Amino acid sequence: MQKIDLATQTLREMNATLQAQKDQTNATQWDIENPRGAHAIAVGLDAPIEVTVRGSTGYYCAGMNKQATVHVTGSAGPGVAENMMSGTVIIDGDASQYAGATGRGGLLVIKGNAASRCGISMKGIDIVVQGNIGHMSAFMGQAGNLVVCGDAGDALGDSLYEARLFVRGSVKSLGADCVEKEVRPEHLEILRDLLERAGIDAKPEEFRRYGSARKLYNFDVDNAAAY
Amino acid sequence: MCGIVGLFLKDKSLEPELGKLLTDMLVTMTDRGPDSAGIAIYGNGDAALSKLTVQSDQADADFATLAADLGAAIGADVDLRRADSHAVLSLPADKAEHARAALADLRPGLRVMSDGTNVEIYKAVGLPKDVAARFNLAAMSGSHGIGHTRMATESAVTTQGAHPFSTGSDQCLVHNGSLSNHNNWRRKLRREGVRIESQNDTEVGAAYLTWKMQNGASLGEALEGTLEDLDGFFTFVVGTKDGFGVVRDPIACKPAVMAETDQYVAFGSEYRALVNLPGIETARVWEPEPATVYFWSH
Repeated sequence: MQKIDLATQTLREMNATLQAQKDQTNATQWDIENPRGAHAIAVGLDAPIEVTVRGSTGYYCAGMNKQATVHVTGSAGPGVAENMMSGTVIIDGDASQYAGATGRGGLLVIKGNAASRCGISMKGIDIVVQGNIGHMSAFMGQAGNLVVCGDAGDALGDSLYEARLFVRGSVKSLGADCVEKEVRPEHLEILRDLLERAGIDAKPEEFRRYGSARKLYNFDVDNAAAY
Repeated sequence: MCGIVGLFLKDKSLEPELGKLLTDMLVTMTDRGPDSAGIAIYGNGDAALSKLTVQSDQADADFATLAADLGAAIGADVDLRRADSHAVLSLPADKAEHARAALADLRPGLRVMSDGTNVEIYKAVGLPKDVAARFNLAAMSGSHGIGHTRMATESAVTTQGAHPFSTGSDQCLVHNGSLSNHNNWRRKLRREGVRIESQNDTEVGAAYLTWKMQNGASLGEALEGTLEDLDGFFTFVVGTKDGFGVVRDPIACKPAVMAETDQYVAFGSEYRALVNLPGIETARVWEPEPATVYFWSH
């Protein structure tokens, strides 16, 4: 176990050290102490290492992550796991706005609630939220899966492309061009796999699926009011 | 971008430390707002005495005989306590309006930052740590206070454009965001007789709350009204003589974190601002919901 204490080391030193780890590194376990809400903790990692951040983080924790597993034991500020490519990011507490935004791959697990714009413009990332999510989540979501065990706020999936949205609780309102869709066996498989990987005990059958009605892909004057 | 901090104490034993705790929170928010900084602090008041906090760019000249001159003008004893470019004038509460008018004649260059029995507002251009040192904010005590670090958008970087804004007795407001219908509301509120002194959007937000409360609204009701009537982005933190409130616009793109323990309720634009508070490790920490009013009172 390698330790980096942000009370005595700078943020840049920490990120440079973690970013320098290669595929074949032997130093696979890292503990980050005293994060104290700092921004940009454990960003741009590209090695199969496991990083535990002991506390709460500020903006953009674990951004652009590849391969690494980043586990935050507290809550995360805005933009956690933004543009993640692969790997896993786990937040034990809550996540602030635009968690997992623009993510292209990997798995983001939020054990608490996520605020507004969770998964905005997601492009292949899988996001599992044990609690609730805020308004405008998955706005313009293009690919990937957003699984919400609690409730969703206003305008879920507004202007959605092909991201799949699964919500167990209530949806306050659906955004433009987002509709409820049939849950088929392949969707139950996706849910079962994601819930298991996220370590969340919930039945796939309890979720409803939402997706794009595909009416806003191309401009059509008959849909002008919906844009 | 701007930084907001606020601290509302439930535990009286923390009151001597309010200035120190708030100053630490304020300085942490420097990179959200390095242009200017300000703080409103609510101390123990005497209902019979009104405090006018005034500011001058020529403080030595303006403050030298101010207590005597103002006392003569309003026919009452006036006490003056100076802190750098600011001074707190204590005078009988029933003379407060008279004193305001007299000050405009006696010292036209003077600006009134706040009036009320409890509140004092200190604000200036400069880095938050320098502003805090100028006024020795860390040594102040009180029951609650709010602070702001400014990165200007809607009006010039001046003392007058710095937050907190006070447009009513013992009221103040700080703001992160920008309002887009402030010109219209400024005209309307001025017609209604509410005092607005700058071109700043936030001052209009403060004046709006003052106007609502003058017309019988509670702090909570006035804050509800902002969601309907103010257009733009805002996270507001407001203070009244015995209360502390928070509201975010429905889009809620301006960040906000709150923490509550048995000892206090705290607000920060970011969690970083809260990390040195006592017992923060076990505090209930949450992000205030959009379009939802929160308030506490003593």
